[in-house]
Amino acid sequence: MPKQIILAAHFPGVNNTTVWSDPASGSQIDFASFVHLARTAERGKFDFLFLAEGLRLREQRGQIHDLDVVGRPDTLTVLAALAGVTTHLGLAGTLNTTFREPYELARQLASLDHLSGGRAAWNVVTSSDAFTGENFRRGGYLDRSLRYQRAAEFVQTARELWESWAPDAVVADRAAGRYLDPADAGAFAHHGDQFDIAGHFTVPRSPQVHPVILQAGDSPEGREFAASSADAIFSRHGTLEDGQQFYRDVKSRLARYGREPDHLKIIPGVTFVLGDTAAEAQERAHHIRRQQVSPQTAILLLEQVWNRDLSGYDPDGPLPAEDPRPDDDSIIKGRTRLTDDPIVTARRWRALAEAKKLGIRDLIIEVTGRQSFIGTPQHVAESMDHFVQTDAADGFILVPHLTPGGLDEFVDRVVPLLQDRGVFRTEYTGTTLREHLGLPAARPLPVVAA
Amino acid sequence: MSDPTLHLAVALDGLGWHPAAWRLSCAEPTAPLHAHWWSGLAAEAERGTLDLLTIEDSLALQSSRPDGPDGRTDQLRGRLDAVQIAARIAPSTRHIGLVPTTSVTHTEPFHLSTAVATLDHVSGGRAGWRPRVSGTSAEARHFGRRDIPGFDPHRLDEPATVRLVDELFAEATDAVEVVRWLWDSWQDDAVIRDVATGRFIDRDRLHYIDFTGRWFSVKGPSIVPRPPQGQPPVAVLAHAATAYAFAAGQADIVFVTPADAGQAAEIVTEVRAAEVAAGRTGPPLRILADLGVVLDETPTLARRRRDRLDDLDDTEHASDAAIFTGTPALLADLVADWHRAGVDGFRLRPAVLPDDLTTIVRALVPALRDRGLFRHRYPGGTLRDLLGLPEPVNRYAAPSPA
Ligand SMILES: Cc1cc2nc3c(=O)[nH]c(=O)nc-3n(C[C@H](O)[C@H](O)[C@H](O)COP(=O)(O)O)c2cc1C
Repeated sequence: MPKQIILAAHFPGVNNTTVWSDPASGSQIDFASFVHLARTAERGKFDFLFLAEGLRLREQRGQIHDLDVVGRPDTLTVLAALAGVTTHLGLAGTLNTTFREPYELARQLASLDHLSGGRAAWNVVTSSDAFTGENFRRGGYLDRSLRYQRAAEFVQTARELWESWAPDAVVADRAAGRYLDPADAGAFAHHGDQFDIAGHFTVPRSPQVHPVILQAGDSPEGREFAASSADAIFSRHGTLEDGQQFYRDVKSRLARYGREPDHLKIIPGVTFVLGDTAAEAQERAHHIRRQQVSPQTAILLLEQVWNRDLSGYDPDGPLPAEDPRPDDDSIIKGRTRLTDDPIVTARRWRALAEAKKLGIRDLIIEVTGRQSFIGTPQHVAESMDHFVQTDAADGFILVPHLTPGGLDEFVDRVVPLLQDRGVFRTEYTGTTLREHLGLPAARPLPVVAA
Repeated sequence: MSDPTLHLAVALDGLGWHPAAWRLSCAEPTAPLHAHWWSGLAAEAERGTLDLLTIEDSLALQSSRPDGPDGRTDQLRGRLDAVQIAARIAPSTRHIGLVPTTSVTHTEPFHLSTAVATLDHVSGGRAGWRPRVSGTSAEARHFGRRDIPGFDPHRLDEPATVRLVDELFAEATDAVEVVRWLWDSWQDDAVIRDVATGRFIDRDRLHYIDFTGRWFSVKGPSIVPRPPQGQPPVAVLAHAATAYAFAAGQADIVFVTPADAGQAAEIVTEVRAAEVAAGRTGPPLRILADLGVVLDETPTLARRRRDRLDDLDDTEHASDAAIFTGTPALLADLVADWHRAGVDGFRLRPAVLPDDLTTIVRALVPALRDRGLFRHRYPGGTLRDLLGLPEPVNRYAAPSPA
């Protein structure tokens, strides 16, 4: 049997991938939008729905960023509500470890796992800037170098809490008048550098025991953390060669932790545009790119590389003559910057702009965020399958550009083709998300090799 | 038809409020770990046109002891997060208010604010919130961030205990304050989707709350747009002066625990005085009396049910609230009586679930309707509407200069 593809649906986010100016764009906050996307994904037999998280509104030039979608619901709360309108779909939430405590988050996730019948997943993120910390009790207390140390110990502690109730701790024998056995069900003690806690956990063992753990960091520390602790990686490596390289790198790290290559799934976030013909798809893709990069957005994206106020520049005019400012105090807050060396990038962009006679907006459209899969449904299905069979990925987190209908066409036109190819399920065969993903039952955190 | 103003709530916890409830309940003893248990109870409460349901929660395991686990194996232990439960049942209900309990002592006001705002979004304006304080050393050890020495609940007048309780409520006051400012931090019309200028929001309609206090500072604005109700109702369970003051300053609903109609009148007077002392300008608190209920067709049968529960637990059950044992008709008399004494309604704590809730809905509610005391159907609208609370003014949108 060929490798089976994992498919997940990303609720459109708060960056310019999401097109809000289109007449078909609906509310980013009404529950009906979430219900629509979740039911579409479930109709398409998707593995899970995915929600991102940001704990402070983004700012640029010292002001709240107003050009993209702003505002979204609390991750855990909306997932619990979605458990009520779906039956099989996994429910994955991004939840930061820096501004939460294990006891509280572990009980929320275990509760979600119970209330969804074993469909909970947690995307562990660490972003630890002082900017976000201003919304929380401890402020920006954690040095960047410690963020994965805290994340790893956080996950380890959560696993201890999830296992603190033995499988048969609740006997509930009415005749004998015995509810618990033994008396210390839920007892735990964790004494570590980051957490020194002890007592009793309130939530009996949940269906998956450990909700599925996803990880989305890309640094060497992030990859190592994924290799030791995660069930899946939400990666940015959405092109074939880049994906294959990342795939090899991460899977090769698993043996050190006594894990099989199969036990860590690589799922890049990708976008798609469909058309009846290749030409029509290209045309639609270009139209969407223009919607994604408004004149104002073009200037703002340029500022993220230049790290200067460029608000006086003409979006249709040439690139700034001056060089980018060094990285120390970033003009953008609340979001990681994506570029490598700004000076090198600037040089490359200038050359391209001159060669192709592009103004700022057209250049930005050309160099940022091209859609991953563009073509007829047939072509997209083939490409995705090729990606997975050649180990550039184990599946995809699809990021639609429209809320809430952006996935409809994919489910109607591409999913049946993947099913025909025998690489995607036609019915759910399991009930828990671990079963959908073909992951082993929950396991204790392996001892970390020195 | 008269204009019924009585408010009725049901307090949900495990398989009921009696410690031996799990022995006699007609439900599976592990039912509270399953979503359908909660949606079933909510559907039943909604059949009775109740105003709201509350869901108990704590950052420690249930215990018969005031501080820490009791090692008992004969009572129900373990429970799920109340906000998660409330959100899970929101899509299957249409009218009833959903009021989860959370601690504000070890938790982040920012997360609490966004969670309740989101509950309000997913329920179409039916969220409420009951903040509580966590005063035990057991709860503090679960977080390992601060020492709480623990206290003897029978010696609340010890100076150290008085200090601790005052501090916990002062922090709770700041927490509710922050939660409420965050709810206001987005004006209702902040999302503009102005294609001409490329702007999704008008950032001038989003506000930093810049709260600085002794326990935390919170910058804002919220990451969640303003909840449909603007300000979901906040409920406080209060047994004494410190908590009455907290409720008067911060809450919309107060749950009180009188033993009889006379005490109910006294407590109402005390709560109203606390409102004056707090300089309260908003609508008066909705005062709901908490009352445990053991119901049956005759007084004798009810008494027998209660004795049987007490026997199974080896003690005569007592709690912080009075417990009524009798028929629905007698309970309707009591309700009318205390209502005349000044309480706006009741939060009933069923001794056994679903049994006593079913009796409340099938027998007490019709008896109250017959007396013209309770609504026959939902009018439609938000939880604030059900409670008769006016639309709140966003403090950032108010015309007065900040
Ligand atoms: C595809 C992808 C999606 C991410 N989504 C989020 C998110 O929703 N919320 C968040 O706080 N961080 C998010 N992150 C940030 C990372 O999880 C991580 O905390 C950050 O990149 C710093 O870690 P690193 O240095 O290992 O990359 C995302 C990262 C990637 C690659």
